[in-house]
Amino acid sequence: MAKSIDEFTQWDSVIVPKRVWFDLDLKALWSYRDLIKMFVRRNLVALYKHTVLGPFWYVLQSLLTILIYMFIFGGLAGLGTEGVPKPLFYMSGILMWNYFNDCFSATNNFLVTNANLFGKVYFPRLVLPISSALSSLGRMSVQFMLFLVIYFWCISIDAAIYPNWTLLLFPVYFVMLALFGISWGLLVTSFTYKYRDLQILITYFLQLLMYATPIVYPLEVIPEKYRLFISLNPLSPLFDAFKYGWLGTSNFSWLSLGYSFLCMMVFLIVSLLIFNRVEQNYMDTV
Amino acid sequence: MSDIVLDFNNVSKLYSLRSVGAGTLSDDLKRWWQMRVKKEEDPFELLGEENIRSKKGNTNFVWALKDVSFQVRQGEVVGIMGQNGSGKSTLLKILSHITTPTRGYIGIKGRVASLLEVGTGFHPDLTGRENIFMNGTILGMSHNDIKRRFDEIVDFAGIDRYIDTPVKRYSSGMTVRLGFSIATFLLPEILVVDEVLAVGDMAFKKKAINKMLSISQDEGRTVLFVTHSTRNMQLLCSRGIVLDSGHMKYDGDIRSAVRKYLSEYAISNGYNDEALPLNTQYVGIDGDPAIIALTRAVLSSTSTNDGAFENSSPIELEFDVVIGRQMDEIVIGFNIYSQYDSPLARADYNDINQIKTLSPGKYRFCFVIPPYTLAPGSYKIVFDIQERHVARQTTENSNLMFDVVSGIDNFGNVFPRVSQRKSSLIHENWVVGMERIE
Repeated sequence: MAKSIDEFTQWDSVIVPKRVWFDLDLKALWSYRDLIKMFVRRNLVALYKHTVLGPFWYVLQSLLTILIYMFIFGGLAGLGTEGVPKPLFYMSGILMWNYFNDCFSATNNFLVTNANLFGKVYFPRLVLPISSALSSLGRMSVQFMLFLVIYFWCISIDAAIYPNWTLLLFPVYFVMLALFGISWGLLVTSFTYKYRDLQILITYFLQLLMYATPIVYPLEVIPEKYRLFISLNPLSPLFDAFKYGWLGTSNFSWLSLGYSFLCMMVFLIVSLLIFNRVEQNYMDTV
Repeated sequence: MSDIVLDFNNVSKLYSLRSVGAGTLSDDLKRWWQMRVKKEEDPFELLGEENIRSKKGNTNFVWALKDVSFQVRQGEVVGIMGQNGSGKSTLLKILSHITTPTRGYIGIKGRVASLLEVGTGFHPDLTGRENIFMNGTILGMSHNDIKRRFDEIVDFAGIDRYIDTPVKRYSSGMTVRLGFSIATFLLPEILVVDEVLAVGDMAFKKKAINKMLSISQDEGRTVLFVTHSTRNMQLLCSRGIVLDSGHMKYDGDIRSAVRKYLSEYAISNGYNDEALPLNTQYVGIDGDPAIIALTRAVLSSTSTNDGAFENSSPIELEFDVVIGRQMDEIVIGFNIYSQYDSPLARADYNDINQIKTLSPGKYRFCFVIPPYTLAPGSYKIVFDIQERHVARQTTENSNLMFDVVSGIDNFGNVFPRVSQRKSSLIHENWVVGMERIE
């Protein structure tokens, strides 16, 4: 029954029971770039079509969140922000966390929510998470504008801000956030499309993750014995490095960034392998 | 001799019927242990049963397809027919890359585009124009392709006026017309179509069929069709494949395939679009139902459209009667009632030869209602089986109802001919055959 490779070369494509683990078919993704562009456009258009104020809502959201954080974490809990004006401190965290959250949430249940589409037509399924990560840049850029506005306002009032050249690395941090979001999302969806009760836990884990990242507090306020846990979170170095580059506070460590990068590669590879296996037949049991 | 473009090789597909995965997490782990670690065959595959609709089944696994093998050459138009559950859609899904086979493989030369449903990927908030690009790209057309054929697509769908309105405002007819229109301007080498010719009103259906004809004949593409309309299939396809319970039962020219499908698989379970079930009721006069009884009745036609019979073809009625004892005079016949319960016509087994009685046994009768006899509408068949003045079985509350529609080329005329019977409009000489089978 097994056929030699020569018999297969006469075909343009062969549909077989089980693909090899490593056959990731990135070439196919590239040939579908038109489709990715389409989905990005569709996401962006669908977001704005119904709202009166459009992108302004993102600005409003962020401002409200800043106010809440200032009140609860800055005021009630008394967590300092290392001398940086509170709005600016919180905005940096919000900017990055929102983008990560967007990428993760778009991916973490996408096999189930798009089962209808995937059951009727074929295209490489990674097209959807990739286009979500790209279209989320839309929201991110609006919030980035707000960040810049707060930033320059702080500079104009002579706040204690000391930027340095490492701020130029910030696009790398966002790419890494996107890849973290997508790979963790792929892992979650690969497990929860069948056993859907696990999805319920995801909201809690996400919340926990947010508090385990230095967003509403600088690393310094954490007591020594717990600092290790926060540092183990591969997202933490990214937030710290961003703040260091733009604001001059927190820490910048090539070692921690290297650790973050390593984690990202591991998660990416593992999630892609598992997803590749799952997506072949998930339509039978979703 | 043209190239082989599709090679189906022992394609098989096993499905689990349980609601979560292959059962529970523990089942999955057990399977993993046996397959990976102990290197045995998948234990659940061995359990899989055949997908026979009438049997309830003992396990939770079913072979939706088993060892289906055939080859398709370039330019062939193949029709795939089978009852619901025979595995047609599964075969197309595997070919379309949506799921993988459990065993076997498919070799493909060229690009495959599948139309499994119209309007895949339509986003309700986007306008018709934006959705054309969206849907076309999903189906595999390049942006430039779509731009070039944009006007043709809109024209075919007939929605020129509404092209810039959001799709959620479209009527359902408009949506399907647009979806179908986009798909027909695809330019794949191999096109796979699953049951999408049933959409739209009659005018659009005509357009759609003509378009499919031109695609398959003029443009020389390879097409795989699945449809329930045997008429469309005979019109469009040159080759037919019959699937039953996951197995391929016939592969040959389209007419023989249709005949085989209708004669064997349309009737085997007594249920499908063309063969209608019989609901019998005993109305015994002397209370003894066993002396003469109707046991089976099937209506069929070679030309159907969505379950209705086209009156351009003859309609066959076949039924079995068991006669329990010797009788002096028997009546075996049926009436056709209109949907308003008025009797229209009647036929009896002895219309031709005036035999008064039959000896005990089981008999099969075959009647044929000639073409262009019944106008489009709904009809009911009510049997009248009796030992005259002694015992009688009728099917007063018969659900042997059927619809007649006009064949695509005629205008639905009825040609009544005068009859000698008082209650019927049409002269009947419909008896075709009578044979003793037991």
